[in-house]
Amino acid sequence: MHPFRHLTPTTSAEAIHLLATTPGRPRLLAGGTTLLDLMKLNVEQPELLIDITRISGLREISIDGDTLVLGALVHMSDVADHPVIKRDYPVLSEALWRGASQQIRNMATLGGNLLQRTRCSYFRDTQFACNKRAPGSGCAAIDGGNRGHALLGTSSQCIATYPGDWAVALVAMDASVDTLSPRGQRTIPVAELHRQPGNSPHIDHVLAPDEMIIGTRVPASPLGRASTYLKIRDRESYAFALTSSAVALSMDGNRVRDARIALGGVATVPWRAREAERSLIGKALDETAARLAGALAFAGVQTSPQNAFRVPLGINTLVRALMIAKGRT
Amino acid sequence: MVDSPKFTRREVLIAGASLAAVAPAAPATAQAAAATTLAPGDTALTLQVNGEVHQLLVDSRATLLDTLRERLGLFGTKKGCDHGQCGACTVHVGGRRVLSCLMLAKQAEGKEVTTIEGIAGEDGTLHPVQQAFLDHDALQCGYCTPGQIMSAIACIREGHAGSPDEIREYMSGNLCRCGAYAGIVAAIQQAAMT
Repeated sequence: MHPFRHLTPTTSAEAIHLLATTPGRPRLLAGGTTLLDLMKLNVEQPELLIDITRISGLREISIDGDTLVLGALVHMSDVADHPVIKRDYPVLSEALWRGASQQIRNMATLGGNLLQRTRCSYFRDTQFACNKRAPGSGCAAIDGGNRGHALLGTSSQCIATYPGDWAVALVAMDASVDTLSPRGQRTIPVAELHRQPGNSPHIDHVLAPDEMIIGTRVPASPLGRASTYLKIRDRESYAFALTSSAVALSMDGNRVRDARIALGGVATVPWRAREAERSLIGKALDETAARLAGALAFAGVQTSPQNAFRVPLGINTLVRALMIAKGRT
Repeated sequence: MVDSPKFTRREVLIAGASLAAVAPAAPATAQAAAATTLAPGDTALTLQVNGEVHQLLVDSRATLLDTLRERLGLFGTKKGCDHGQCGACTVHVGGRRVLSCLMLAKQAEGKEVTTIEGIAGEDGTLHPVQQAFLDHDALQCGYCTPGQIMSAIACIREGHAGSPDEIREYMSGNLCRCGAYAGIVAAIQQAAMT
């Protein structure tokens, strides 16, 4: 591992000041479950770690008017097990307890989770070409082992999958993040936080180098209770998604009043499927309508012989998730 | 009766290594002198492990896992993958199960750390989860066992040991390549009821 200095500021202002003024690839350290892993692989080589875990005030779960507010340092396990969140937003709880292991959920924070890096094995191995890790070096995945790579939002430069679950659920619930930088505070919809690779796959998100996430806001929604996060994996637990669906519904009898659909494990970013949502409005939610929504959600995929099986798998995942959510209305 | 000296395999191995290292006297002395100087990357820290306080000077890169094993001699915590995928390094920090391979030693400062060496009673009585693992033959090679037991204690305490399915879900971060899972689930069910 590359040597680094380890500083422990006690306020957010101090942390972003260090981030803005220190040369040598400073990185914020919270749970460390992605960053230390990548540092051991020499994929990340920061010269300074700004340990934000001693900052107070970022660990609260609170209700601000109609909005659920989750501090950036809240641990995944705390939200997964929170009784109000389990009741009012099952999609959020399920996305968390179906992600990682309990040990990792006890370490990883909500802010860090949003910015976790891809699990692309070529990104993680410095012997291979990777435009995300080493811009301009090429992409070993496009003609390599790409069974788990993205089907949606890819470019000729990068097909790395966004691996997270939490952000997918947040995108479905129209959540946003609050950030802090030397220029002040701003709010960014989670749906606009991550960047598709395009010609600059090394830039994962829209945050400035001196900007940190301080919290997440989830607006209250009548769709929250009839929601689910369904995740399909190579093994039953503790694996990244082959396909996943975050679904939330509100119904008028058997007809859909409103629907939210986001896909995980299949795209370069958390993927909101708005056309699929629109196709359901006003319809009776049966298998036929669900399959049509699935086809629309996966329209425009770019597949390879290795990963094409995840298109029908993803459609089936969405159909099942819609039926689970319908059962909760 | 005269007590015969008792060595663990680990102590014998370390003694052997030290003898080899001190053979050329001068370099060894130079190394010892260098170790007392604070290098730019070094971090002074205080760790509380199994009720004992330790003051240490470590490389800032030192993980909690390596510090427990190489500095405090607590070899019960195992290094499996060293990347957060196998669970062999599970310990409790601040009462919660975490992966000591993905935590810097510095991050455990100010929190109580509990390892497999710290769970039995003072009179040597095994922790109920340790006893349950013996009762159900919940291991073969035993390498993953300290991590399994630390994870299981937390799993029960969290209230996530209500059914075999729930135990499987909440123990999924601890791999056992011998495949002793059936015994592990049975052991946790037994311990959860005591």
